[in-house]
Amino acid sequence: MTSREMMHRSESAVSIELQTPDMTLNIGPQHPSTHGVLRLVAKVDGERIREVEPVIGYMHRGYEKLAEVRTYAQITALVNRIDWVSGFASEVPFILGVEKLMGVEAPERAQWIRLILSELARISSHLVFISSYPLELGATTPLMHSLREREYILELIEEVTGGRFHPNFNRVGGVKSAYGGGSTTKKQSMDLPAGFFKRTSEAMDRMDKICDDIDTLVTGNELIKMRTVGVGIIPPDKALEFGLSGPNLRASGVAYDLRKSDSYLTYDQVEFDVVSRPGGDCYDRYLVRLHEVRESVKIIRQAIDMIPSGPLQAKVPRVLKAPKGHVYSRAENPKGEFGYYIVSEGGKMPYRLKIRSTSFSNLTILPWILKGQLIPDLVAIMGSLDFVLGDVDR
Amino acid sequence: MSKSINFPFPGLFRGMGLTLKTMVKRAPVTMYPEVQEVPVPRARGVISLDVDNCTVCMLCARECPDWCIYIEGHKEEKGETKPGARMRTKNLLDRFDIDYGLCMYCGICVEVCPFDALFWTPEYEYSEPRVADLLHNKEKLTEWLATVPENPALES
Amino acid sequence: MSIFIEAAIRAVFVFGFLLVTVILLVWVERKFVSDLQNRVGPDRAGPWGILQTLADGMKSFFKESIRPTNVEVALFVAAPIIALMTALLIFMVVPIGAPVEINGTEYALVGADLNVGLLYVLALSSMAVYAIVFAGWASGSKYPLLGSVRASAQMISYEAAMGLSLVPVVLFAGSTSITTIVEQQQGTFLGVFPAWNIVLLPSFVIFLISGFAETNRAPFDLVEAEQEIVGGYHTEYSGFQFALFFLAEYIAVFNISALTAVLFLGGWSGPVFGPAWIAWVWPIGWFLLKTWAIVLFFVWVRASLPRMRYDHLMSFGWKKLIPVSLAWIILVAIAIGIRDFGLPWS
Repeated sequence: MTSREMMHRSESAVSIELQTPDMTLNIGPQHPSTHGVLRLVAKVDGERIREVEPVIGYMHRGYEKLAEVRTYAQITALVNRIDWVSGFASEVPFILGVEKLMGVEAPERAQWIRLILSELARISSHLVFISSYPLELGATTPLMHSLREREYILELIEEVTGGRFHPNFNRVGGVKSAYGGGSTTKKQSMDLPAGFFKRTSEAMDRMDKICDDIDTLVTGNELIKMRTVGVGIIPPDKALEFGLSGPNLRASGVAYDLRKSDSYLTYDQVEFDVVSRPGGDCYDRYLVRLHEVRESVKIIRQAIDMIPSGPLQAKVPRVLKAPKGHVYSRAENPKGEFGYYIVSEGGKMPYRLKIRSTSFSNLTILPWILKGQLIPDLVAIMGSLDFVLGDVDR
Repeated sequence: MSKSINFPFPGLFRGMGLTLKTMVKRAPVTMYPEVQEVPVPRARGVISLDVDNCTVCMLCARECPDWCIYIEGHKEEKGETKPGARMRTKNLLDRFDIDYGLCMYCGICVEVCPFDALFWTPEYEYSEPRVADLLHNKEKLTEWLATVPENPALES
Repeated sequence: MSIFIEAAIRAVFVFGFLLVTVILLVWVERKFVSDLQNRVGPDRAGPWGILQTLADGMKSFFKESIRPTNVEVALFVAAPIIALMTALLIFMVVPIGAPVEINGTEYALVGADLNVGLLYVLALSSMAVYAIVFAGWASGSKYPLLGSVRASAQMISYEAAMGLSLVPVVLFAGSTSITTIVEQQQGTFLGVFPAWNIVLLPSFVIFLISGFAETNRAPFDLVEAEQEIVGGYHTEYSGFQFALFFLAEYIAVFNISALTAVLFLGGWSGPVFGPAWIAWVWPIGWFLLKTWAIVLFFVWVRASLPRMRYDHLMSFGWKKLIPVSLAWIILVAIAIGIRDFGLPWS
C-alpha cells in the first residue's frame, strides 16, 4: 500500500467516524413554546433542524362531530371555544352562515354590535400575541403590559355579553336581545349597558398608549430585531400556496383582507386600512399585528359614532330549522380567514359542519419553513405564526 | 420604522427607561382575598333557581348543550276547582341539580326558561376541593337567588 | 489563634454571609422585577413576602429528587455540588471591608487574601462550566445536552473576554491580589473624582457583559432558555439538587456583582465618618451598596431585554468583545508605559 493510499484510507476512516447521526428531538406536546400541545418531531443536527414534522390532535375535541347532534343555538355556544383567545370572532362566521341559510338578516344595530365586539376580540387576540411573542424571545415585561391592557378589553366584552372569553352573544337574526324568555324582569332588553361607549373610547385611548409602549419596549429593541428581522421569510407565492391567511399572509405583502374584499357585517361603512408589509419575516408578522390593533381602534372609534338605535333581533321562528341546502360562510378573524361549511338536511341540527380553522391552515407551512432553521429560530417562527392549538385541533 | 440596527442600541436603553418608569406606577391588582373584585352585573357567575316559578317543563335540561341539568318532578293533584271538572294537577319539583363541573356557562338554560325560574348571578366564590361537590342541588341554587343583581341601565 | 481556626472561621463566615445574601437576593430580584413589570410579586410569606425564598427552599428540600433511568449517577450527583462549591469559593477572595484592628492585630475582612486572587477567580469560574457540562451530559436527555453544549461554548468564549478585560486592571494595579487592587483605588483624582478603576471604562463594560454571560443571566440566558430548550442543563434535576443549582446561580450573580464593585467601583473605598468604633462599618456599607447596585442593574436588564440568539452571542463575543479588549489592553499598556518610563523620545 502506498502512502498516498494509506492517507486516503485514513481520511475516509476519519470521515466515517466523525459522521454525526441526526438526533430526533421531540418538541412538545409538553413544551413551553408550543402554545399548548403541539408536537414537533424534529430531526436536528446540533441546533440546526434538518426536518420537522408537526403532530397534531392532542387537543381534538371533535367539534365537527359534536355539532351534528346540537341545535344551532347550542353550536353557537360551542364554536366560541374553538379559538378561545378571540371567542366572539369565531361565532360571527357561523351565525352569518346560518342566517344566510335561513334567509334572515340581522337588524342594523345588531350588525354594528357584532362589528364592535369582533374588533374588541381582534384587539384582545393581538394583545395576546404581542404579549406572548416577546416572551418567546425571552423578554418578560411586554407580557405584563399588554395582558394588563387586554383586561380592559375583556371587561368591555363581559359587560355587554356576560362572558369574558366565551360570549355566546350571537343569535340567529341578531344578538342576544333579552335576559331570557320569561315574563317580567327577564324580558328586559339586553342592549349595550349605559356608559359602554364612554368606557370603550377610554379603553381605546389606553390601547393607543399601550401600542406606543410596546413600540418602545419591543419594536425598537435591537435584540428583538436581531432575532426576528430576516428570520423565517415566507415569500408571497409560498404563503398563498400553503393557504396562509390573515396577518401572516399580509406580512408577506399580499394585502388580502376579507373585511375589505368580501365585506360582511358593516365593514364597508367604516374606514380602515389593510395593513400589509413586504418583508414576510417574523418582524413583519409582528408589526402587522401591532398595526392592526391601531386599525381596530380606528374602526371601533368610528363604530361607536355611527351605531344606530333600533331592534337587536329580527323576527325568527321559535324553533330554528334551516332549510335544506349548504352554505360556506367566512370572516376575517384575528388569525385569518375563518370559515364554516354548513350542510343542512332541513332539521334543527346541521347534517354536517366543516370548520376551516385558521390556525390549522397557517400551521401547514411549518415543515417547509422550519427546514434548516436553528432551534431558537424555530421558537421565533412558530410564535410569529400565532396559532392557538384549540383552533388547530378543533 | 427602519429595520436597520444602529450600533449604540438606543432601542435597548429606551426600553430599559420604560421599565424603570413603570416602577413608580402602582400595580393595578385587586388583592383578592382581602379585596373583592366586583364583577359586572351581566357576568355569568352562577345560576340561581327560583323554585316557585319552576314548572318542571324540562326545557332547560333539554336545551343544555352538555346536559348538565338534572330535573325530577312529580304531578300532584290540586283538587277539583268545580264539581265534576277535570282534576287539575300541578308539577312539583323534586330534584333540580346543576353540575358545575360540566356546565360551560353558555346561559342557554336561562334564556329558554319561559317562567322566570333561572337567573344569572355574578357570584363566583363556590370552588370546591372535590369535583363532586360542584353539583349544586335545589337548595343551594335557591340560596344564590339573593345575589341576583338589578339589570343595568341601557345605552340609549 | 491557630491559623486553621482562623481560616475555618473565615470560611464559615463567608458561607453564612452568602447564604443569607442569596435568600435576600432572590427575594429582592422577584420584588424588583415585579415592580418593573407593574405587578405585586411575592407578598404572602412574611412581611412583603420576605420569607418567600425560605419557604421555597424548604419546599424543594422536602421534595423528592427524581433521578431518571438514563443518568450517569456519579456525575449527575456531582454536578450541582461542583456548581455550588465553585460559586461559594469565588467569594473567598473578595474583600468586603477595610481591615479591622482587634486587640492590636489587624484582620483583613476577606476570606483569604491570595496574591493570585484574580487568577483564582478566573480558574474557579472556568470550573463552573464543568458543573453545567456534567449536568447536561449526565442527565442522559436531549434538552439538557443541548443546554450544556450551549453553556460550554458560551462560557468558554466569554471567559476569554472576561480574562482579557481584567488585564488592564491588573496592569493598573500591578498586582493580581484583589485586596491590593482595592487599596490602589483609594483616594481621589484631582481631589474630586474617586480614583476608581471605572476610568478603565471599556474594561468595565466588557467585564459586565461577560459577567452576564458567565452567570447565564438575561439577555444571555440561552443555557436555560425555557422557550427553546425547556430547562436547559437542569431540566432533569428536581428537589434539593435543583435547589443547589439555583443557589449556585444566584451566588454567582452576587459574586460577579461583588467583583465588579471591587475591581471597578473601588470596593469598600468611600468616605468614612464618626468615631473609631463605628468607622469600620462604613467600608462594609460602601461595598454592599455598590454590590447591590450592580445586582439591581442585573435584575433591571433581565426585566427589559429579550434573549440573544446563540450564533449572535458567539459572534458578539469573539468578533466584538475580544478584539476591543485586546486593543484596549494595548492602549492601557502604552499609557502605563508612558506614565512609568516617560515618553520614548524624552
